[in-house]
Amino acid sequence: LAPRAAMSGGRILSLYINNKSGGLIYQRNFAPSAATLRDNDHMMLASTFNSIALILKELAPVGGSRPLQTLEANGFVLWSYDSPTNLKLFMLAEPGTQGLDLLLKSVYGLYTDYVLKNPFYELDMPVHCAKFDDRLMRLLADFTR
Amino acid sequence: QEFSMSAAPGPSRQNIVDRPLGKGRQDFVSQSAFSHLFSEFVQYCQAKASTASELERKLEDAGATIGVRVLELVNLRDGKTRRETRMLGMLQYVHTTLWKALFGKAADGLEKVVENEDEFMISENEPLVNQFISVPSNLPNLNCAAFVAGIIRGALESAGFPGSVTAHTVTLDTGAQRTVFLVKFTPEVLAREKSISGA
Repeated sequence: LAPRAAMSGGRILSLYINNKSGGLIYQRNFAPSAATLRDNDHMMLASTFNSIALILKELAPVGGSRPLQTLEANGFVLWSYDSPTNLKLFMLAEPGTQGLDLLLKSVYGLYTDYVLKNPFYELDMPVHCAKFDDRLMRLLADFTR
Repeated sequence: QEFSMSAAPGPSRQNIVDRPLGKGRQDFVSQSAFSHLFSEFVQYCQAKASTASELERKLEDAGATIGVRVLELVNLRDGKTRRETRMLGMLQYVHTTLWKALFGKAADGLEKVVENEDEFMISENEPLVNQFISVPSNLPNLNCAAFVAGIIRGALESAGFPGSVTAHTVTLDTGAQRTVFLVKFTPEVLAREKSISGA
C-alpha cells in the first residue's frame, strides 16, 4: 500500500486524527522535538485546527476550494488530509519533508484496516488499537529510512 | 402500463444457488468483506454475553455449525473415498487439508501434548480471523479465534472424533503471540484408538 519510491525521509514530529465532529481520537508524537502537551491541550488544539481549516475554506477567494491542506512555518510543516468520510488526519514534520500526502493516505489505509475492522472499536471514540499503533510505527520507520 | 421485473441486458449471471459448485480453487472472498462481517458478528455475540468466556463460547458454537459443513465440502472436493479412523490421521487432515480450504495454507504446527494422551495442539501464528482485531486490555484472555476452534470441533465431531477445542493465546520468548488450538478428545475416542492399535 505504501509507495516507497515517492516518499523520502525527514522527520515526522506528530500525528493527529480528528473524527467527523472535530473531536480528537488519536494523537502520537514521534520525535522528542514534538510539542509535549497534556491530553486536554492536544484535544483543544486539534478541534481548533478543525475550525481554522473550515474558516479558511470559507474565506478562500477562489470558489470551490477544499479545506486546508498544507501549512508551512519556520520550524515545521503541517499536512492535512480529509477522508471521504470527513475524518481529518494531520501530521507535523520537519521543514522540507516530502511525500506527506501519500503518507497520510497510507495512515488512513491503516485506520480503515486496523481500527474500523476491529470489533472492539467504537466509532468516533478515541483509538486504542495495539495493531494500529504497531503498523503505524512500522510505516513511519520505513518512511524515515 | 406494464411493469417488467426482468433484469437489464448485460452479462447473464444465474442466481447464485443455481450456479454449479466451483472447483474450490478460484473461489475467494474479499478479506475486507469477511473482516467487517466477522467484526459485526463478534459485536453481536458480545452484546449477548456478559463475560469473555461466554463470548468465546458463542463464537465456538457458531464455528461448530460451519465445521460440519466444511468437512462435507472438503471431503467432496478432495474426492475422499475413505474416512479417517485414527486420531492422528484426522488431525493431520484438519491441519493440512481443511486449513488450506479455509485459509489458503496449512496450519503452522501440529503437536501432541506429552502429559496427556488425549490432547493435541494445532498452532497458528497469525489466525486470519484475528488479522485486524486488537483485543482491548480489559479483556486480556479473549481470543476471537474461538470461532476457528469451533470450526475444528464441528469438523472433528462430525467425523466421529468428539471432544473440546479451545483457542489460547500464547506469548513466545520473542514477545510475539501465536494462537494454539487445544484439542481434547473424549475418553471414548481414546479407548477406540487403543483398541484399533492394540489389535
